Amino acid sequence: MSARDDILAAVRAAVATAPEPPAVPRAYRGHPSPEGLVDLFLERVADYRATVMRCAPGDLLATVERALGRRRSVIVPRGLPIELPYATTDSGHTATELDRFDAVVTTAAVGIAQTGTLVLDHGPGQGRRALSLVPDRHVCLVRAGQVVSGVPEAIARLDPGRPQTWISGPSATSDIELSRVEGVHGPRTLIVVLVDGA
Amino acid sequence: MSATFLGMPPFPTAARTALANEQLRSNLRHATGTIRAKRAVVVAEVDDWEDLRTAGAAVKDAALRHLDEHLVVLEQALTARGATVHWARDAAEACAVVADVARAHGVDEVVKVKSMATQEIGLNEFLADRGIAAWETDLAELIVQLGGDLPSHILVPAIHRNRAEIRDIFRQRMGAAGRPAPVDLTDDPGDLAGAARLHLREKFLRARVAVSGANFAVADTGTLVVVESEGNGRMCLTLPEVLVTVVGIEKVVPTWSDLDVFFQLLPRSSTGERMNPYTSTWSGVTQGDGPQEVHVVLLDNGRTRALADPVGRQALRCIRCSACLNVCPVYERVGGHAYGSVYPGPIGAILNPLLRGVGSDPQTDSLPYASSLCGACLEVCPVKIDIPSVLVDLRRQVVDAHRRQRVPTPEATVMRAAAWAFGDARRLSLGERLAGLGAPASRWLGPLVPRWSSSRDMPTVPRESFRRWWRRERAEGGRS
Repeated sequence: MSARDDILAAVRAAVATAPEPPAVPRAYRGHPSPEGLVDLFLERVADYRATVMRCAPGDLLATVERALGRRRSVIVPRGLPIELPYATTDSGHTATELDRFDAVVTTAAVGIAQTGTLVLDHGPGQGRRALSLVPDRHVCLVRAGQVVSGVPEAIARLDPGRPQTWISGPSATSDIELSRVEGVHGPRTLIVVLVDGA
Repeated sequence: MSATFLGMPPFPTAARTALANEQLRSNLRHATGTIRAKRAVVVAEVDDWEDLRTAGAAVKDAALRHLDEHLVVLEQALTARGATVHWARDAAEACAVVADVARAHGVDEVVKVKSMATQEIGLNEFLADRGIAAWETDLAELIVQLGGDLPSHILVPAIHRNRAEIRDIFRQRMGAAGRPAPVDLTDDPGDLAGAARLHLREKFLRARVAVSGANFAVADTGTLVVVESEGNGRMCLTLPEVLVTVVGIEKVVPTWSDLDVFFQLLPRSSTGERMNPYTSTWSGVTQGDGPQEVHVVLLDNGRTRALADPVGRQALRCIRCSACLNVCPVYERVGGHAYGSVYPGPIGAILNPLLRGVGSDPQTDSLPYASSLCGACLEVCPVKIDIPSVLVDLRRQVVDAHRRQRVPTPEATVMRAAAWAFGDARRLSLGERLAGLGAPASRWLGPLVPRWSSSRDMPTVPRESFRRWWRRERAEGGRS
């Protein structure tokens, strides 16, 4: 018998007389959204030492420029809603080439207030996964309307068919004496730009 | 350079050695205390934590009850999305799949995301024997690998090392594995993390094949999930051309929406964070994004044996958060190495015997006894694994497995003698008279079971037994 048949047969034999478990209680779902969702989101994002900026739609370009500072070696995905004249648009650069850029600007798919999480599903404006990983500074634009209350609301909104990256603060580790250190392999600086009324 | 758990002594022997290491005990006390406090704060923040635990246990139970169906669905979903699915009955079969993929691409190195399953099957050693270097990229795994050491914790495998020890390992060993550590490296954790960033970046940028595990495998969508902190996982899952993921069959959850429980339970239980910095999910191959050749190895390696155990099968709910290690008074004192497995602590004390079976290896048989049964592990477990009950049941299995042994243990002999004496009133009173002669029982019982009595005080047997006292009292006037 193949390994597949053997394993499936062993599973069937193992659970043949096992009792049928009760239905999964989903009491944890459907809590009402708390007041001040966007404020909570920004507070929690900042709590994990990401930098938070907030602006009206008309001020987006200026805000992003502030987030980039003097960096001009910037890469952006196709479909970014703003035009940065000095930025390079991703055209399948290799990892080594991406490593030479100082910063990347992307949008996101969802923001989660309770956990201060950004979710990228790597659609237009967000770029492929490597793009928001290799450069050391990630400027991420989130519209206020994209912020949901908790994890269940985010899962319900997202398409599992797309690759996703859930980001909560900059790269970090607690591997040395369990004290948290920011900045290992992912971007060491994460700047979240929240766009109000959009 | 690589160490192995093979041939480790049984827990009591290994524990005695570990207890004598004061540096180890001090490192562990500090680390487990820190993580316990962090977890307590973020768990207290969640009003419906108990609802989440109940749901987490129920999702896993439902998945395990119909695991065969979910595995078939998972295989179909993965295949439809361009992944190649392999099945592995045991460690050797799983390792061979990875080695074959590496060989097919002509590489002599792979980068690895921290994964319990690949440690369990001894993948790094298997590949090394075939001339393929497997580079661990998680910071703690890097510390363990460079130090020629063994992991001692599920989440923080280098928990037994302090910052000064880590600096020394980096200074002495990084150069032999690639980019050396800066000469002026300090023991500041930020500096140490920076050295790891530089050392590993060249490996990420050139690696063509990556190997990972998965925290979850979603059956209906064929989605795999890796939960991490540093970004080394994202590097490995995104940059190489080829990705091989080794997944224990118990990692399956039926649907995408089931993840909404575990994405809340796991980070808070594990690192004591509301959410870990990075979680990656992917379903097969995505054109133009990430590895274009994706393999998934579905691993049994004893899991169906554990699944057949009516009491023990709940251990397969485990999501490897390691909260039970951090609260365990035994783990805090002896550390992870004493358990002789990549799965240490309370969960290891049940998982190893369940995966391997009891009755043949003294080291495995010693693990169900590596506990005071205090119950702290059950209290923190995010999927409500009743570890104390499983421990007790495994102790019974160990005893049963040794019943037919030709030379009985001293304990069994004493218990058998006691059963004979207590089984008959006349024999009991004879025994009581002998014992009541005044000698402390330990004087004759002690040498019989030295290991038992070395850690327990023997009570002095009273001069008069209860039954004799009763008879005497009744004879002296029948007071009630």
